[in-house]
Amino acid sequence: MTKSLSDLTIFAARTGLTSRAFSSFDLVTACLDRIKQLNPEFHAFLALNDSALTEAKAADLKISAGEDLPLLGVPIAVKDNFLTQGIVTTAASKVLDNYLPQYDATVVKKMKNAGAIVLGKTNMDAWAHGSSTETSDFGPTLNPWNSNYLPGGSSGGSASAVAAGMCPAAIGSETAGSIRQPAAWCGVTGFKPTYGRASRYGVIAMASSTDSPGPITKTVADARLLAGVLAGPDPLDATSSPRPAEEILAPGPDLKHLKIGLPASYLLPQMRSDVKQLILDAALQFEKLGATVTEISLLDPKYSIGVYTIIQRSEVSSNLARFDGIRYGHDRSAFGPEAKRRIMLGTFALSSGYYDRYYHKAEQVRTLVIRDFARAFTDVDLIIGPTSPGPALPVGASLNQPMFGEMEDILVEPSSIAGLTGINVPCGFVDSLPIGLQIIGPQFGEAVVLSAAAAYQNSTPWHEHVPVL
Amino acid sequence: MSWQMVLGFEVHVELATASKMFCGCPADHFGKPPNSQTCPVCLGLPGALPVPNAKAIEWCIKLGLALDCRVNLFSKFDRKNYFYPDLPKGYQISQYDLPFCHHGQVVLSNGKTIRITRVHMEEDTGKLQHATVDGKKVSLIDFNRSGVPLVEIVTEPDFDNTADAIEYLKEIHSLVRFLGISSADMEKGTMRLEANISVRPSGQTALPDYKVEVKNVNSFRFIKKAIEFEVARQIKLLESGTRPLQETRGFSESRGETVSQRTKEEAKDYRYFPEPDIPPFRFTQTQVGDWQKQLPLLPAGIRAELISRGILPAKAAQVASDPGRYHMFTKLTQSGFDTVKAVDIINNIPPDISNDLDKIIIWAKSKSATGTTNPAQLRVLAQKVIAANPKVITDIKSGKTQALFFLIGQMRREFPDLDVPSAQSLLKDLVG
Repeated sequence: MTKSLSDLTIFAARTGLTSRAFSSFDLVTACLDRIKQLNPEFHAFLALNDSALTEAKAADLKISAGEDLPLLGVPIAVKDNFLTQGIVTTAASKVLDNYLPQYDATVVKKMKNAGAIVLGKTNMDAWAHGSSTETSDFGPTLNPWNSNYLPGGSSGGSASAVAAGMCPAAIGSETAGSIRQPAAWCGVTGFKPTYGRASRYGVIAMASSTDSPGPITKTVADARLLAGVLAGPDPLDATSSPRPAEEILAPGPDLKHLKIGLPASYLLPQMRSDVKQLILDAALQFEKLGATVTEISLLDPKYSIGVYTIIQRSEVSSNLARFDGIRYGHDRSAFGPEAKRRIMLGTFALSSGYYDRYYHKAEQVRTLVIRDFARAFTDVDLIIGPTSPGPALPVGASLNQPMFGEMEDILVEPSSIAGLTGINVPCGFVDSLPIGLQIIGPQFGEAVVLSAAAAYQNSTPWHEHVPVL
Repeated sequence: MSWQMVLGFEVHVELATASKMFCGCPADHFGKPPNSQTCPVCLGLPGALPVPNAKAIEWCIKLGLALDCRVNLFSKFDRKNYFYPDLPKGYQISQYDLPFCHHGQVVLSNGKTIRITRVHMEEDTGKLQHATVDGKKVSLIDFNRSGVPLVEIVTEPDFDNTADAIEYLKEIHSLVRFLGISSADMEKGTMRLEANISVRPSGQTALPDYKVEVKNVNSFRFIKKAIEFEVARQIKLLESGTRPLQETRGFSESRGETVSQRTKEEAKDYRYFPEPDIPPFRFTQTQVGDWQKQLPLLPAGIRAELISRGILPAKAAQVASDPGRYHMFTKLTQSGFDTVKAVDIINNIPPDISNDLDKIIIWAKSKSATGTTNPAQLRVLAQKVIAANPKVITDIKSGKTQALFFLIGQMRREFPDLDVPSAQSLLKDLVG
């Protein structure tokens, strides 16, 4: 496939727009053409913004008038669990089929205020329940590297769209791996800010205590730029941090002063040796860049699966109660099997007599996980490891596997339940499928994570590989 | 066999804050066009998040302090999960194991103590309206009330007679109005009474193994009737050898009877868990102390003050029953009437001028002459009383302002016509 404007990064797009090499109208047209061409096969988008081209023309006028905004004229795809006023938002569930939101999510508003154009809404596991995008009620998204493979999830539509060059960047949301894992499987950059760093207002709640919006991009530089726009305190979200978004954009420390830990427990026994080797290569690369890499011990990530499963299911059972069949046009029979399973398990876990045994115990173990990371971060600045146990799995792999997501997200769930920040960057290939490296930082340590990730990315070629389509 | 009623209350009070509990919509919903005061938050739309109203929390805690409660310095909101069409999120944000206030008490005029179990904060629900539209019977939902701040005051089952019960309820009613936190209007539903009623053989100390909840009663008179009816009904059942059903009953005003609404044999499982959308609260002792200091003079204090000035308890209670009355009383004393006369006037105002303070004063003055006191004499007397009561002065300085009235009482021994407000401000000046 010939190169298109839609293959550009945000930075390249902004450079082209400000130098008038092309217009926002050209850029949006290129994205829409690519979507038209590829979406029938990959099904990354569920809906498109009908007025994207009109908005592009308006952006072009502003650019001509010399207006300068970080995302002015740049089309960005939005995961379908972010409310977009006037654009159908379903969270990939038939319960919300044809639902037209009355307001924009805060991060969507921020993106628009920064000049971005909402290109369309990307596919996901229904209600974000999953790690494959195979449980979307509107059909699965496929992996641009090989359409027999899954893109990961739940932000699989966003990751697939960015990897296939249907847009310069996308936003996703992560509850436990839902940004980083699909980014790993699709060979792109996926950044999860600290819980509370970006507002959850207007995000259809999955697990309220871990949901975190964040960017999926082609480069770390773009992730940093987009995260800087999305982040910041929101008076409409009581759990949003008062800390200023600018912290994310602060220059990180020199790699020569960085201590990086590689937890032995994250190189899972069942992991393929070639995947492990890519992670060890990445560790070596950090040493070449001047950082010190040491092996560290962290709690076995398997404990986080139990914690996350109980807390997430419990919160889901309550968060989905508002879709009670009275409003929104569809009754509860429209819930898919995965949502029903989660509602039942969560309802059980919160039931009288079981609360202490399950939810309360899970919260206690969660505290231990938080302390475990806090202890680790007294010795090291960052933690690296594989994002996923292996490369993308074939289509159908998640079917009849109720714990599929949890097993695939085992390496990202601990940092998610601890509310930490982390990023996935591509670090090589096995079987012609991308492998991702994750870099985890302490709460509000985004600047360190981003600067280390940028240094790694700028010294390696992996992010430059694009799928042949 | 003789029987004894076992009675406790849950009283809900809607707070008169400007905005709702978790969003910016106006909290005053009475008589507004349906669904005209709603937003994504109080409609429970996808993605909407609650942001707690700090003023409502402060008022809830002040009410708790006025009820002699302990305040949980660490507190949180919880989700109470249940399905009902007027509850758009499928859960109510309430408080479960860490209410803002707990372990309070109200002392009745007969000296009996009613234990307050807890005072907690929650949100009100929407309102269902059953109507006929285009010939079809439908249920409509008005969400104007959804998310209005609601405080729930729960007592232990400490009542064994209706007189105490009504005194308690009236005390809560006047307390919230003196605090200025609610209109506490039962007709409009800003104060709602729920009685938990059961009956046990006289002399038995263990609680009965059932209770009947009587809800939606909107006056003191009707709650008294409802309790009396319910106790008689239960005794009749027990005497025929049947244990009354654990259930929720309403009250039919026309029939003067309670009516079964739903049986509640098994406790409903609300699947409470901490509200993840709202971080927990940490209050400091200083903050709570400041709120305590900000409490206005409350009915109990007013009654004590009046009684110390020789007013009969029943008359004192009448003045202290309503902030408007008390305000009028203070205006009268400031206009030169002594306490006894002012109380007398307050309790005998002709109905046609009852809302017009100026007219009341003219009317009152026409009926009596005002007393005067020489300021210099008053000052000498105040200094004398202060010097004679060093312990009381220490108490006043440590914040027990009530002790001031002891000094005023001492002064009144020499000056029975003493103008209390001016003596009060004089003493305050002198004590510093």
